[in-house]
Formats: sequence, C-alpha cells, structure tokens
Amino acid sequence: MRIALFVTCVNDLVFPATGQAVVRVLERLGHTVEFPVEQSCCGQMHANSGYRAEALPLVRNFVDTFGRYDAVVAPSGSCVAMVRESYPRLAGPDPELAAAVAELAPRVHELSELLVDVLGVTDVGAAFPHRVTYHPTCHGLRMLRLGDRPLRLLRAVRGLDLVELPGAEECCGFGGTFAVKNADVSAAMLADKCAAVCDTGAAYVAAADNSCLAHIGGGLSRRGRSTPGAPRAVHYAEILASTEEEA
Amino acid sequence: MTTGTGNIVAPLPFPTAARRELADGQLRANLRRATHTIRDKRLRVVGEVPDWPALRRSGAAIKDDVLARLPELLEQFEAAATAAGATVHWARDATEACTLVTELVQRTGSTEVVKVKSMATQEIGLNEALAEVGIEAVETDLAELIVQLADDTPSHILVPAIHYNRRQIRDIFASRMPGVDLDKLTDDPPALAEAARRHLRAKFLSAKVAISGANFAVAETGTLVVVESEGNGRMCLTLPETLISVVGVEKLLPTFRDLEVFLQLLPRSSTGERMNPYTSLWTGVTPGDGPQTLHIVLVDNGRTETLADPVGRQALRCIRCSACLNVCPVYERVGGHAYGSVYPGPIGAILSPQMTGPDAGANRTLPYASTLCGACFDACPVRIDIPEVLVHLRQRGVDARRGRPSAERTAMRALAWTMRDRRRYAAALRAARRGAAPLRLVTGARGQVRRLPWPLSAWTASRDAPLPAGRTFRDWWAGRDRTGGEGTGGDRG
Ligand code: SF4
Repeated sequence: MRIALFVTCVNDLVFPATGQAVVRVLERLGHTVEFPVEQSCCGQMHANSGYRAEALPLVRNFVDTFGRYDAVVAPSGSCVAMVRESYPRLAGPDPELAAAVAELAPRVHELSELLVDVLGVTDVGAAFPHRVTYHPTCHGLRMLRLGDRPLRLLRAVRGLDLVELPGAEECCGFGGTFAVKNADVSAAMLADKCAAVCDTGAAYVAAADNSCLAHIGGGLSRRGRSTPGAPRAVHYAEILASTEEEA
Repeated sequence: MTTGTGNIVAPLPFPTAARRELADGQLRANLRRATHTIRDKRLRVVGEVPDWPALRRSGAAIKDDVLARLPELLEQFEAAATAAGATVHWARDATEACTLVTELVQRTGSTEVVKVKSMATQEIGLNEALAEVGIEAVETDLAELIVQLADDTPSHILVPAIHYNRRQIRDIFASRMPGVDLDKLTDDPPALAEAARRHLRAKFLSAKVAISGANFAVAETGTLVVVESEGNGRMCLTLPETLISVVGVEKLLPTFRDLEVFLQLLPRSSTGERMNPYTSLWTGVTPGDGPQTLHIVLVDNGRTETLADPVGRQALRCIRCSACLNVCPVYERVGGHAYGSVYPGPIGAILSPQMTGPDAGANRTLPYASTLCGACFDACPVRIDIPEVLVHLRQRGVDARRGRPSAERTAMRALAWTMRDRRRYAAALRAARRGAAPLRLVTGARGQVRRLPWPLSAWTASRDAPLPAGRTFRDWWAGRDRTGGEGTGGDRG
C-alpha cells in the first residue's frame, strides 16, 4: 500500500521526532512510506480563526499533494479532523474542489486509525518500560471519535504501565489562538490538566497531537522548574517507535 | 429587521471580564463542584435512554421545521391562542416588549407582580423597566430569588445562583430577606427552602398579576408550557387574576404531539432528571379556573436577524437546557458573568452576538471564548453545532473587516502565502530553525523557552515554549533519501 505521510507543519519544524517515529513504526511493519515534499500546512489555524480565504489555497495544495495516494497518515488528530470535518465545508462553494475533497478525505487517517482499522494491528512490536498516562485530545475524542484505538496500541507495548488520567476528556485549554487570545482562561485550564497529570504519578503524558502536548508539556516544564520530576509530554507515536534495544 | 437589545450586550471584552472572574477562587470552587455534579447526573440519565441519538435528531428536525415555517406557525399560534381567550401582542425588541408589559400591568392597577423564572424577561430587562414605574417584581424561583435579593445578575440559564454556595446563600437571606427567622436559618438546603417558602407564600396570596415566560408554545393549539422543579411557577400560573407570558418567537412547536420529544430531551439535559416535578400547560382562559385574563407577548429582539444566517440560525433551536454550559471547560473556569449577557456559556457566545449584531458592546469577542473542544455539541439535545457556528461568526467578523488594516490579517496572509509554496515554505522553515539556534544554547536539554516577546509572551506567561528542532523533518527525510533509507538515526525533538 502506498502510504503518504502528512507530517504537519508543526511537526516538520518543531517535533520532527514524531514524524520519524511514524516512519519507523510503519517501516518496521513492512510498509513503504512516502513523504511528498509539496506538503505544507492543513490551514487549520487560518480556518478556525475565520480566515477562510487564506485557508483555501492550503486546502488546494493538500488535495493536489495527496490526491494520488491510497492512504495518508498524519500524527495529529486535529489536522486530520481539519481535513475530514472542515475541508468539505471550506471547499463547499467550489464544486470541483469539493468533489476532490470528498474523494480524498476518507483516505486520510490519524495514525491509530491507520494502524488499527486499515492495517489491522494493535501490537506494533514496541517496548517502553515506563508509567504513562494518556490525554485524548478534543479533536481526537469528539471529532474523529478515535475511542480506545490509541489506548489499545499503548496497552500492547512491552513494559508500559498505562494509568488512567482523571477527567481525561476535559480540554487542556490549548485551542490554537485561544491560548494567546484568552491566555488567562487557557492557563487556568492548563493548571487543572497539569495537576491531574501529575497526580497519576506517570513519567510521561502521551497524546495524539503535538500542539496540545506543547501546551501541556510547557505547563509541566514550568511546574518542573519548582517541582522536579514532573511528567514529560510525548507523542504516542514516539512510544510506539521505541524498541527493546533502546529501552 | 431590528437587532436585539437589552441584557444581551457584553460591556467588557471577554478576556478582560474573564480575568476579573478568574481571580475569585471561591467562585472557581463553587462552579467546579456544581458543574461536575450536574454533568455526572446528566450523563447517567441520558445513558439510560437507548434512543437518545434518535431523540436528538427528532428535536433538531422539529425545530428546523419551525424555523423554516416561522411566520406561518406564528400566525397559527396567534389564531389558536386568541380563539382560546388570550390576547396576543408583538414586540420587535426589548424596549417595545418592556413598554407593552409595563402598560399591561399598569392597566390592572397593581404595583406588585409575582414572576415565574423566565429567560425572556431577563433578556429584555423587564424587572428594571417595571421598577422604573414603581412596580415591584418578585422572583419566585429559589435561585432567581437569591440573585434578586443579592442585587446580582444571573450567571447560569437554569441555576442563576450557581456561583453561590450554601453558606453564601444563607448570608444573603440573613441580611436581605425581610422578616426572616434568623434562629431557624442554617445553611441546610431544607432550611433555606423553608425560609424562601415563607417569604414567598404571602406574595402568592396577595398578587393579582403574574408574569411568566414559556419553554414551549404549541402553534396547533395555542398552548403555552412551563417546565419547572419547585412548584412556585405553578402557583404563579394559577393563583393571580392576570397572567402575562413573554415568549421568544422561536419557542414554537408545530403540534401538541411534538412535546413528546421535548419533554424527554429537556429535563434529562438540564437538571439531569428523568422528568421534572412540575409541567404546567395552559391554553387561553378557562372560565372559573386560573387567571381570567391572559396576555401573550411574542418577542423578536434579534431572532429574525439570527434566522437570516443559514449557518448561524441553528442557535434558534436552543431550548435553554444549559447542558452546554455545564460541560464547557471555559464556563467552568469563568462562570456566567464573564459573558456579560443573560445567555452565557457556549450558547451565549453564539446567540448574543447574533441577536445584537457584532457591533454591540464587546459582543464580537464572544465567538473567541472557546477552544472549539466540542463538548457543547456532544451535549446539546437539539444538536446545535456550536463550534461550527463559532468559527462561522469569527469568519463573518474577519470578512466584515476586510480592507481595514489588521496585524492579525497581515500575519495570517503572510503565513498562508509562505505555506502554499513548497520552496517558500522550506526556506521559512530553515529561517525559523536558524533563528532559534542561538536560543538553543541557553535553554538546556529540554529545549524549552521561558520567555518570548509579545504577542507570544501570552504563551510564556504560564508555560514554557518548545523550540524549533535542530533539523526539520524534511531535512532529515532528504538526508535519509540520499543515504538510502534507515541508518541516519532519529533526532530527538
Ligand atoms: S445550545 Fe443546546 S445544550 Fe446549550 S442550552 Fe441550548 S439546547 Fe441546551
């Protein structure tokens, strides 16, 4: 199967290790991954902030770049949600683009969807001997309905001790430009999320979105300056890429 | 079309008002306890209805039908209610509605009215209007009474006093309730309810005029419906001689049978009960039974304006259950007053600016009061896609200001221009990485930055920021391509 990686702009620049992890997991399972270099950004920040006109060229670029692949995988719940849920609405007034979106969108998968639903695996042969808690980000939870797919993948990881996160379904307070426009409310939400994460006693908090993780990780890191040993934020793809040799 | 007026205009930008509320630790604790309790209750009773998703779809479909046929159904309602002995009046906005009701009360000669809890009368600011002409309005809903005694404004649609705890309520009663028996007044809920009952009983027996809203108005029969928990509404609706009901035009249901759907959806979504204790239905006037004069004031106040927007109009399906408030992580932190409107929370963020138009007060800041987490949409019994409307209203705001200079638009444009071309994009990535390189030297192993310049200082005020990685993903990929696959190792971001 021709699997194209949509690494997402944030991961490309700030979290390349997550993209590398996706490549390693899929190649370990015997699949060929391609990285079309024409890709850039899905346009989520533009669209969610009300800049439809600015987002549209990015929608076109995405469709042009990925239209020819059997499957597209992205290690980001919110970018996949953008493509599957918001692209049809954005493209609506342009029938040609709308048709291309409708054709492509069902083939765009978040990593856990690709692994569990399309490739039919839950044990990817990973090892990660640490206590981990999982935060199901809002777009993964309520737009993509990822359900327990990421948890099933994590449970199959050797040595991993998965602990439940109380109030897991509550938003961490990131919300894109919300974190800056409503910084005080965002910080209040973040404080509660960080407290819940720390209470689990986990060494890592994992999620399917590095933007939320940058927010949670930034909060934990700030806490960690006063209370050492605060958990670290990690994309679950990087856990799935870890093997016994490294562990 | 007229835009809405009244208590639906935020005087302060949401971030400013939110900051004020966030500073109140007691408020945060009260809200957290209350919203989590009601959230859990709702989940339990919704979970036991096997056809809940189908019920939600029916609710949405019935309301959409109402919105599509609003003028016709309103006329049908007016005809049916008039035939049953009611007098129907129409009000374009809050001012007109207040004037109408005030005159109706004055005509009875009464200087005191008892009130059933009603959002519509809060919306139009009726109590204030009545007070101006010397008419005292007595709120009879317990939570509404607390707010009124405290000289405060409601902070929740269903539980207007949700921001107070029992101890605070006891203090309000002790200092503000005339003739309260201080010896018996504890902060026990039954003791508080008893005090309110004694205070209200005298008012019920003496009042000649009652004012209510309505949860539903049935077009087919001209019937009005009030759903409540305490029974005080029932007292108001039956004892006085004159009843004035103030009803938003979107409260219509086509047929009596449609109540079947909404009387299942509403109590489970609002109080988390299978059925509310009191449901009152009245159709016109019944000789010798109940109020002998019934006035119905149908209020537009920006609803027609809202109806004109094909995406935004779904907000008019709202049955004011407050489920979206109770699940909202933003509402939970800041409470209702931060929204500056009688309609707070997610529904307020899409309803207030639509009813008033975006230029009223600070209402244009409301659509940004959300992370778009989607919890409201999941909870809404009539499937209002609140995140969709929030984004739509942001877009309307951006479009309306096109052509005017804005730093944000310039940034968004530049970003989109860079990102839609792969060479520009790759160059920008390289520049960002290079720009970050000096910072990397001082941030240590975790690569986290403590302080960034404005506007990103809003981020680093309470969290560290990650740095661009030493090598972008595409650079890693390019290097890997040259060496032929695995073996180049991974970068730790
Ligand atoms: S928007 Fe939906 S959930 Fe919110 S109050 Fe209205 S009906 Fe209830």
